[in-house]
Amino acid sequence: MSGPGRLAPHGPSAGYSAVSRWFAALALAALLAADLHVSSLQPWAELRRLLAGFVRADFPSVEAWSIVHTVAFAVLGVGIGAGAGFGLAIPFAHSRAVRGLCAALRSVHELFWALLLMQVFGLSATTGILALALPYAGICAKVYSEIIEEADLAALRVLPPGTGAVSAFAYARLPDVADKLRHYTLYRLECGLRATLVLGFIGLPTMGFHLESAFRQGRYGEAGALLLVFYVLIGTRRLWLRPLTLPFLAVASLLALPATVGSTAIGASLARFLEHDIVPAPLRGAALSDPDTWAQFGAWLRPILTDQVGPGILQTLMLAQVALVATALGSLVLFPLVSRRFAGRIGQPLGRVLLVTVRSTPEYMLAYVALLLLGPSMLPAILALSIHNAGIVGYLMGRHADDLPYRPDAPRGLNLYAYETVPRLYGQFLAYLLYRWEIILRESAILGMLGVATLGFHIDAAISELRLDVAVILIAATAAMTMAVDALSRALRRTLRIADLPTRLSRPLAPRTGA
Amino acid sequence: MIGVTTRPSRTGLLAAVLALAQTVLGVAAGRAEDRPPFVFTGIPDQDESRLVERFGRVATYLEAKLGVPVRYIPVKNYPAAVTAFTNGQVQLAWFGGFTGVQARKAVPGAHAIAQGAEDASFKTYLIANARSGLTPSKDFPQAVAGKTFTFGARASTSGRLMPEHFIRQAFPGKTPEQVFSRVGFSGDHSRTIQLVVSGAFEVGAVDYTVWDLDTKAGKLDPSVVKVIWESPPYPDYQWTVRGDVEATYGAGFTERLRAALVGIEDPAILEPFGRSKFVPVTDAAYDPLIAVAKSTGLLD
Repeated sequence: MSGPGRLAPHGPSAGYSAVSRWFAALALAALLAADLHVSSLQPWAELRRLLAGFVRADFPSVEAWSIVHTVAFAVLGVGIGAGAGFGLAIPFAHSRAVRGLCAALRSVHELFWALLLMQVFGLSATTGILALALPYAGICAKVYSEIIEEADLAALRVLPPGTGAVSAFAYARLPDVADKLRHYTLYRLECGLRATLVLGFIGLPTMGFHLESAFRQGRYGEAGALLLVFYVLIGTRRLWLRPLTLPFLAVASLLALPATVGSTAIGASLARFLEHDIVPAPLRGAALSDPDTWAQFGAWLRPILTDQVGPGILQTLMLAQVALVATALGSLVLFPLVSRRFAGRIGQPLGRVLLVTVRSTPEYMLAYVALLLLGPSMLPAILALSIHNAGIVGYLMGRHADDLPYRPDAPRGLNLYAYETVPRLYGQFLAYLLYRWEIILRESAILGMLGVATLGFHIDAAISELRLDVAVILIAATAAMTMAVDALSRALRRTLRIADLPTRLSRPLAPRTGA
Repeated sequence: MIGVTTRPSRTGLLAAVLALAQTVLGVAAGRAEDRPPFVFTGIPDQDESRLVERFGRVATYLEAKLGVPVRYIPVKNYPAAVTAFTNGQVQLAWFGGFTGVQARKAVPGAHAIAQGAEDASFKTYLIANARSGLTPSKDFPQAVAGKTFTFGARASTSGRLMPEHFIRQAFPGKTPEQVFSRVGFSGDHSRTIQLVVSGAFEVGAVDYTVWDLDTKAGKLDPSVVKVIWESPPYPDYQWTVRGDVEATYGAGFTERLRAALVGIEDPAILEPFGRSKFVPVTDAAYDPLIAVAKSTGLLD
């Protein structure tokens, strides 16, 4: 990539609109090709019951321990993931192998990590913590490395010659990036809280366990209560999730982990998993020097590639493209609600409550409601993914909107929005969307109920059929796709010179003196 | 400066946390070895409140009969149930026909020991939303072609394997994806019913016992949703036990367990299962399912 390149002949803003137009055009093309059939339905009885349940939330039914377990899994999973991510961040920029490893770690949905880890560690706290820690290590390594990469090198240059690498890092680089790292890590903890919900899917006793049961079985009063408690937990995170409370939270989390019932022979399970389960079926115990073995392997692999990997990648990319552009539109609509300048002193807190609600509602619930309303097609998946992600991006954008220094005679209302705020935030906005791109790819995995045959849909099938060898091939394909998307997103961000990383999540990092 | 002081202390904390984790896990493992509880699970095929009710009572009953501590662990999806069995975390499981086949294939020495009296000839109902215009018939309703269709869980016998088999029989050479305009996997039988009631899917395949329990409870409006076809009978649910229980709990444990299960007479235990009693069974009873699973490509 040579500098700003063709996309940005007249500075970054021309590149912004070119990229935006390309993304929108691709989304339109995907939309035309996608199955968006709307069926005629009678969802009202079910929706009325759902709404009634949420209005008459059944708070006494909420299992208090599930809240504790939710926090415990999030703190330990994200803590270990962030620690490992920090270690991986240092070689990240130089080592293709580390980048590949991190992409593979984060391209697999927490749910599939949990199911794979269960093969070895059983239904235990270890499985739950690792299911969060592994993908989070991959995500944190990437973002930490970019934070470190973009740090100011001025301090490094004035070090005396002969300074050791560790000292140089600790004294010249860390002080500059520590704040960003801290903010990003605290933000990931919120994501971790949301991610613990899917641990409930395999039976770990987080709030997700009870929420999924209650929702699935139509006990909407209980589901409503759990969801409201969860909103409060997320909404108040800045009160209880602080650098000072972290040590206490970490120790308390360890003590509060649920006990494991029964035990598994970890060594034997690991050996079986590595030496049998994930070895492609035709190669198990076969003579590897025999060309016939490889012919069988080819015959085994071909249908996986043509029937699952190929169409799966296409469906996943189509869904992600449409969902990404819908997320973009949604967040442009939503962000003024959490900006004090647009929503006002009273409107802003209300907007925040709305966006916490939107982004903390699990996608599978949104998908279920959309499925009831619209029937099975790609449409409920698009809605579920874009509503959820628009809540996240809109929230982050709203915070930035208030950090911008405005002239005292700045315009108001729509003029301010269209001619000042949005243009000034646009680079940041694109950066966030390019980051959400791969997250949307991953999240599309758990919407198999809708019959949209994404890669995740096929992974789900392979795991259900206990064909872990096939699952591993599909996961590798997902990782390759994620890496390709990630490389493209990285190249685009470089071309557009979007320097600001989505790390300014809680508050402005440095006063913009003289900006 | 802040960064310099907090970063090392946090890394130290992490190390401490890991050390503590090892101790906690180690202690837990040590405790477990003193007297290993006999652990079982069941596939989450329906409403979980029913599951906790039914398996909680079984645990109490078995503990009294077998003289060892018995624990039930709930799992939330079918592959998780099979995995817990495969890696030895649970010794006994209430499996569906197909998950049982999967589990016994993965664990040499595991055997089916008992099934419900009703499980020798289990059935699938095809249910349809009234607006689909489909009417009940004795033969497989060919008119379902082109409708939207939902299975239950992917590894369910009555919600997936057998209906897929009957669909492939009725439409030779076609997969369900080619027969229907859309195929979904609802995840369990209760949700299949909800989705067909709302019309989100026009047709669904459901376990007949779940349907009958819901009908008896008056939850279903026959003007909205009805059974349009009843499948031929096939073997389904069973209790499967690992072969290594004899080594852990003493010779003859499998037989005592079988006798205990078959001896359940308390309607309070049987009723939540929708079974009248349990009867002895052998692996061979499920051979037809293996053939079907192979022909539908769900098993190698």
